[in-house]
Amino acid sequence: MQVSYYPGCTLKTNAKNFETSALAVLERLGVTARELEDWYCCGVCFSQASDNLMQQIAPIRTLVKAKESGNRQLLALCTMCFNTLKRSIEFIKADKDRLETIQEFMDREATRFYGDEVDVVDILSLIKQIGLDKLKDAIVKNGKDLKIASYYGCMLLRPKEIAIDSPDDPSIMEEIITASGCENVYFPFRTECCGSYQIVNEPDIVKTRAKKIIGSAVKNGADLMVMLCPLCYYNLDEMQLEIQKEDNTFQTIPVLYITQLLALLMELDLDIHDFSLHSVDPRPVLKRKGLL
Amino acid sequence: MKRIGVFVCHCGINIAATVDIEAVVKDLKDYPGVVFVQDYKYMCSDPGQNMIKEKIKSERLDGIVVAACSPTLHEKTFRMTVKTVDMNPYNCEIANIREQCSWVHKDKNEATPKAKLIIRSVVEKALLDEELEPVKVPVVRKALVLGGGIAGIQAALSIANSGHEVILVERQSSIGGRMAQLSETFPTLDCSQCILTPKMVDVAQHEKIRLMTYSELEDISGFVGNFKVKIRQKTRYIDWDKCTGCGLCIEKCPQKVPSEFDQELGKRKAVYTPFPQAVPNKPVIDHENCTYFKTGKCQLCKIVCPFDAVDFDEADKFIEEEVGAIVVATGYDVYPVLNMDEYGSGKLPDVIDGLTFERILSSSGPTGGEVRRPSDGKVPKEIVFIKCVGSRDPENHFPYCSKICCMYTTKHAMLYKHRVHDGQPYIFYMDVRSGGKGYEEFYQRAQEEDKVIFLRGKVSKVYQDDNKIVVCGIDTLSGTNVEIRADMVVLAMAIRPSKGVEELAQLLKIAIDQNGFLTEAHPKLRPVESLSAGIYLAGCAQAPKDIPDTVAQASAAASMVSNLFAQEYLLHEPIITGVDEDLCSGCGLCITVCPYDARILNREKSIVDVNEILCEACGACAAACPSGAAQQRNFTDKQLSNMVKAILS
Amino acid sequence: MTKNRAISSRKIESEALEQLEDISGVNVYACYQCGNCSSACPAVEFMDILPHQVIRKVQLGFIDELIESETPWICAACITCTVKCPRGVDIAKVMEGLRQIVLRRDFEHINIREIDKKLRKKLPQIALIGNFRKTIL
Repeated sequence: MQVSYYPGCTLKTNAKNFETSALAVLERLGVTARELEDWYCCGVCFSQASDNLMQQIAPIRTLVKAKESGNRQLLALCTMCFNTLKRSIEFIKADKDRLETIQEFMDREATRFYGDEVDVVDILSLIKQIGLDKLKDAIVKNGKDLKIASYYGCMLLRPKEIAIDSPDDPSIMEEIITASGCENVYFPFRTECCGSYQIVNEPDIVKTRAKKIIGSAVKNGADLMVMLCPLCYYNLDEMQLEIQKEDNTFQTIPVLYITQLLALLMELDLDIHDFSLHSVDPRPVLKRKGLL
Repeated sequence: MKRIGVFVCHCGINIAATVDIEAVVKDLKDYPGVVFVQDYKYMCSDPGQNMIKEKIKSERLDGIVVAACSPTLHEKTFRMTVKTVDMNPYNCEIANIREQCSWVHKDKNEATPKAKLIIRSVVEKALLDEELEPVKVPVVRKALVLGGGIAGIQAALSIANSGHEVILVERQSSIGGRMAQLSETFPTLDCSQCILTPKMVDVAQHEKIRLMTYSELEDISGFVGNFKVKIRQKTRYIDWDKCTGCGLCIEKCPQKVPSEFDQELGKRKAVYTPFPQAVPNKPVIDHENCTYFKTGKCQLCKIVCPFDAVDFDEADKFIEEEVGAIVVATGYDVYPVLNMDEYGSGKLPDVIDGLTFERILSSSGPTGGEVRRPSDGKVPKEIVFIKCVGSRDPENHFPYCSKICCMYTTKHAMLYKHRVHDGQPYIFYMDVRSGGKGYEEFYQRAQEEDKVIFLRGKVSKVYQDDNKIVVCGIDTLSGTNVEIRADMVVLAMAIRPSKGVEELAQLLKIAIDQNGFLTEAHPKLRPVESLSAGIYLAGCAQAPKDIPDTVAQASAAASMVSNLFAQEYLLHEPIITGVDEDLCSGCGLCITVCPYDARILNREKSIVDVNEILCEACGACAAACPSGAAQQRNFTDKQLSNMVKAILS
Repeated sequence: MTKNRAISSRKIESEALEQLEDISGVNVYACYQCGNCSSACPAVEFMDILPHQVIRKVQLGFIDELIESETPWICAACITCTVKCPRGVDIAKVMEGLRQIVLRRDFEHINIREIDKKLRKKLPQIALIGNFRKTIL
């Protein structure tokens, strides 16, 4: 099985762990994720303004490249890219005039994009598509006493048009965790926002959110937290140390990309992980639980 | 040739603003067959009617055409008018120049010629109209009431008290419905069962009411005044003729199951009566949970029964009856909590719905009337009530207001405070709707005397934290987000029509609206009739409502039934499609297209017969008939062809 | 500065409000002020005007207050408000509309170049680009 793969900016730098682990896991499951030739920024934040067509050009261009690749499905690992690309498709499908105007600025592109030619897919849905039993077969290590808190963040579940699961009570990540042999820890803030891009100039917002989210996961007994968004990852990982400086009773918990966990459980090549990129070092917990 | 009079109505400016009445009158004056034309501002008014009567006599008219609004509004009125001056009502025709002309056009130059053509064509119809007499239909003076809650009970008692027989069918083993599950009713805080059980006993003892519980409507055919119904009496595995209701079998039964009556908080046995005051107070065996049916062992109930009433071989019985009218009073269900993802998806034991809280409050309930929470039996000290859960939510659930929640939530908070003196009740609300008699005062009492804290805002999320439920809401009045660590949360879930109503509506051929409730004939003026003659609606089956409105509606439905039964016979429209025996070859094409099964093959004569009572004058057979033997009275092929010619002229 | 309490049809049909409606495409009159959006908002404690109050002020025509408020800049565009609304009002779009009105008046809320160089290197790119919501683009 082959899908096109759109990395996005962060996946090649801060979130390298996500890319390497995800591609390795997919390969193990028999899926080739072919990186798009010649890709650009996806636009990141979907413009909520109904008259800002300029900001749609970036995502539409990406989709044109995806169409040209010949594969029906485009895997977007970064959830922000997933969200932006998928919403752009809905945006142009909703109004043909918008598409016409955007196309006028894309005369250098060889191909026209109409909206139905490419399916943007996230890694969770892709894994489910491949089959949870196939995933189960690929698991080597026993994760029975590993308690995993799954954190969804915003971009996979909102808005409703592109949500991959129920925004208040999703279960797709937990199903994957169960199939991989680990135990699920449900905590009430798993679908709440981490503070997103406010980390840049309003870090207090992120600090408050992180304290709530991490605190809740720890309280419910999680050993590890897994997620998919590089920004959520940065926010929750970085902030833990900041919070600990101010409050030494605050317990930290390692944050991993879900594909890193799966890669460890599948006993894939350890070189794909760069643990120096983590602020809260996951190695002690991983060693304790027999994953390293 | 017949002498036709044409009366053109202005309908104020409704017609006159867009149709040049003078021009129309002038045009029709010369039309062949028309001997008299007059216009008037409001033809349906008294002077208008009198004018018609006068002119019929003075101009010796054989038939009239009233050019006015839609026949659905005043055809009956005008037909009754002409009857008073001895003209056959079917010689009075309506030409619709309002809904089909003046109301759909803006340009007088387009509307006026169209009006002329419409009237001309109807004159052509009137010229060939025959004198018809309505078909007399006998009435079976027996009623069927579906549903044994307070609505059904009230309707049955009302109809029976006016001297007619009633069959009351209820699918549970006892009547009483939702009202039997309530603890106290607002605003008087009367004990619900105390005011209900006397009515239940009345039903059981009434000589005119045949009570059939644990039964459902299986099949129905026929029409108003003459319904043939088939009722399935589900098997109880206990012969109720022998059973005395001593309760020994229930005592000895080893199998315990969650009790539906107690909203699954309490338990009942596999052989059970739903509640102690059940009417009839006779048990049934729950086939799915009975040990004997599951494993082949036990039979304790059979062994201990002193009257040998237990019969494991009993089968469903079918009873066929003829009734003249049906009242549908099937009640409501509560929208399940598991549909609310933001409130725990039904997985949190201390987040319950209002009906479950009623059982907790009820002295005959699973906690003996003490307010204790389901998870650990502790008395909740901080209790949160959330209103509008699933209601008023067009995006995610239902757009309508469930009407009763504002009052019952206020009642719940008050009853809680009366029992847990050191407890604090909170109610999250968006509005408070307290329009009934005594309702506003009741609500004020809750705030002033019982210190119920009303927080204006929705709750975006609840979650479990240790042994508390954290409620994340907002008070928009003070503009602050609020968080309450509650012991228990009660949700006022949306009121939904009872399970199975859609299938029942299909069986009865009555309509349901976009929210699943049964549709009334007119929302303002005909709230207790369905769109099918002879079938009436009562209670929450039609729309959410409280007990006084339910009783009022049930009494109204009963009154309609009595009206129906008071007539010697019913009159059926005679514009049916007959059979010309000379032309009919008995090909049977008309039989296949008739939706009412009104045409039957007469094998002896090799023609088709028509049942005038079943025929609803749809005209399908007339269209299908290849020989023209099927002609609809006063809508014959000749008439229709003349009408079309007049329009195309 | 005293708040101007007058409500008038002139205010309700003001140019700025029309602009907001054009940019956001939202009919704020569907809102019945249930407050669910504010209840669920993750950044609400940092806001001076709560999300449901923002919608209320738009309904009544008090757009000037909103243009001067910090709320649209505190908003993390997580879209939780929109998803929670029982009437289908897209509050996130209204916030974006308010941001756009301010930005289109040539008033940048953040200068990317002023962010500390070391921090800029550390941050994931999507955080920086997300902040372009607060700049003129």
